Amino acid sequence: MADFEPIIVAFCCHYCAYGAADLAGSMRLEYPPNIRIIRLPCTGKVTPILLLRAFEKGADGVYVAGCLEGDCHFIHGNLVAKPRVNYTKKLIQEVGLEPERLEMFNMSAAMGPRFAEVAREFTERIKALGPSPLRKTQSAATKEAA
Amino acid sequence: MVIGERKPFEEIVKMLNGHKKILVLGCGGCVTVCLTGGDDAVKVLSSQLRMSREKDNDPLEITEKTIERQCDPEYVEQISDIVGQIDGVLSLACGVGVQYVAERYPTMPVYPALNTTFVGGSKKEGYYVERCQTCGDCKLYYTAGICPVARCSKSLLNGPCGGSTNGKCEIDPQVDCAWQLIIDRLKSLNLMDRYEQIIEANDWRSSRDGGPRTMIREDFQR
Amino acid sequence: MSTECVTDSRLEKILRAGHFAVTGECGPPRGADPEAVRKKCRILKDKADAFNITDNQTSVVRMSSIASSVIMMQEGMEPVMQMVCRDRNRIAMQSDILGGAALGIKNMLCLSGDHQRFGDHPQAKNVFDLDSIQLIRMVRKMRDESRFLGGEEIKTAPKLFIGAAANPFADPFEIRVPRLAKKVAAGVEFIQTQCIFNIKKFAEWMKQVVDRGLHEKVFILGGVTPFKSFGMARYMANNVPGMDVPDELLQRMKGTPKESQAEEGIKIAVETIQQLREMKGIAGVHIMAIEWEEKVGEIAERAGLLPRPAV
Repeated sequence: MADFEPIIVAFCCHYCAYGAADLAGSMRLEYPPNIRIIRLPCTGKVTPILLLRAFEKGADGVYVAGCLEGDCHFIHGNLVAKPRVNYTKKLIQEVGLEPERLEMFNMSAAMGPRFAEVAREFTERIKALGPSPLRKTQSAATKEAA
Repeated sequence: MVIGERKPFEEIVKMLNGHKKILVLGCGGCVTVCLTGGDDAVKVLSSQLRMSREKDNDPLEITEKTIERQCDPEYVEQISDIVGQIDGVLSLACGVGVQYVAERYPTMPVYPALNTTFVGGSKKEGYYVERCQTCGDCKLYYTAGICPVARCSKSLLNGPCGGSTNGKCEIDPQVDCAWQLIIDRLKSLNLMDRYEQIIEANDWRSSRDGGPRTMIREDFQR
Repeated sequence: MSTECVTDSRLEKILRAGHFAVTGECGPPRGADPEAVRKKCRILKDKADAFNITDNQTSVVRMSSIASSVIMMQEGMEPVMQMVCRDRNRIAMQSDILGGAALGIKNMLCLSGDHQRFGDHPQAKNVFDLDSIQLIRMVRKMRDESRFLGGEEIKTAPKLFIGAAANPFADPFEIRVPRLAKKVAAGVEFIQTQCIFNIKKFAEWMKQVVDRGLHEKVFILGGVTPFKSFGMARYMANNVPGMDVPDELLQRMKGTPKESQAEEGIKIAVETIQQLREMKGIAGVHIMAIEWEEKVGEIAERAGLLPRPAV
């Protein structure tokens, strides 16, 4: 779809990914406006239901961004998040969503350019996949309601 | 604890064909401990079901609730006010809980979201293993605390068989040979003379083979 | 051991008379054709004193041991009916024991049985009401006390010569002799071992057996299987639980040109039998030529075991 602008939710940990986002901002790096950032104290806070809710509410793509492995501010948080994200990929696949709509990335607070790069690449990925199959019916429902 | 695993998603979706408003009911007992049927699992499954039905243009309204246990009538009673507003219950309890809900609300379709698999314990969080076959006649005295009925694939009482290899069972290299474990334990307890005592043919009447069982505490009957 | 026979079994007569016994093996067909059994019987006739008829071996459905045993007896040969604990409960077992004895079967081998996971019906429920040791005890009680396992009297006791298997090559090694001792205590009268390739390990096991005096309480027949090819040797080494094939033998088979591998396999089998004859405590040999029954005669001949003595 030519005019499809995905809604992407990025769960970012305060200590690294959010710091990287801040740095990207100060460096005036451009990245797509499709990204809605939600700040968490740590990616260890991520549970499957959090990610499922994002999709339920209409997100086309979701990613979790945390510290580099071995450098988590809370030691294990990002290691705990990884299998949960992988598990949730299976959960969304069961529902009929492509597992590629969900991903986990790692970066340090100094990696402003990486933050922008992830944002760009993920947005491209979701554009190629198209709108979430849920959004199709939701927008149809909204159109009817309107 | 009783261990259960969530049924394949498509199977659950199929069960709910034709339903419009359901209660997804979790259990705060064993299935919460083994992470498949408690409040978290209720939330996840409900979200998945809503999305799946939304996708098929056939919305499903879900009430989510978790009660202390589903294997006690007094707790199952707690959903009586909800039951009037729904057309089905999807229970995440073990087989016992599902039956209790179905029995208390006989005009309400009640479906199992889990396959109840075994009685066991956790090796660590998220990793559960079978340990008891509920044979009703515990033999752990003879086998130094390791159950041959549950842990030997052939339930041999005078094992091991000739297929024990490197401490593993012939059926699967990941499965311990129970008799290897028993022998090792008997050795460490200096009880090897117990090994050569023949354990006689078992009386399976105390197990499920004898028919469904009941346990009654007379001191609690009024 | 006593020279007085308890049953009419030819195998028992041979063993108690002090001859080096020979038993063979016959796998029933995967169909209802009795001719398939007869064909194998005709190849094996007179090459051994008695022949095991396997019971749904490896959990693969085959014609029953009892039925195949009857067909074998019609050919004038003596069967050893095998019974595993996997498929029958104690009621069916006692029933088949009475039936087998009534039909003229004189020998029985009591086994645990391979798990059904290995076979063509892994979905089946398994029974294992009894284990092999409890089964031995039960048959002995039926025969010698005329009593069912439950204690009630049997009108005509089944006269069966009772055998079991032993695997000196399974783990844990140090328990293999105590387990044999348990089977002896349960009342077993003859033992057939798993096929022997590692003669050194087998000798170690036999030494322990003899040290405990078990060779004087039970007749031990060493199992021998000929390799058909290097491929078969390798398969047995890697894929069969409880099988021990030493490297030297694998290398020996591998080093032989393909056309001569079968002959080499037979040579090894004959050598093994010759070594067994020299061992203290060995009362005979059990030749298992899996799907290669035509070679049993040749092996027995070359090992100097034919013709079988008259008893």
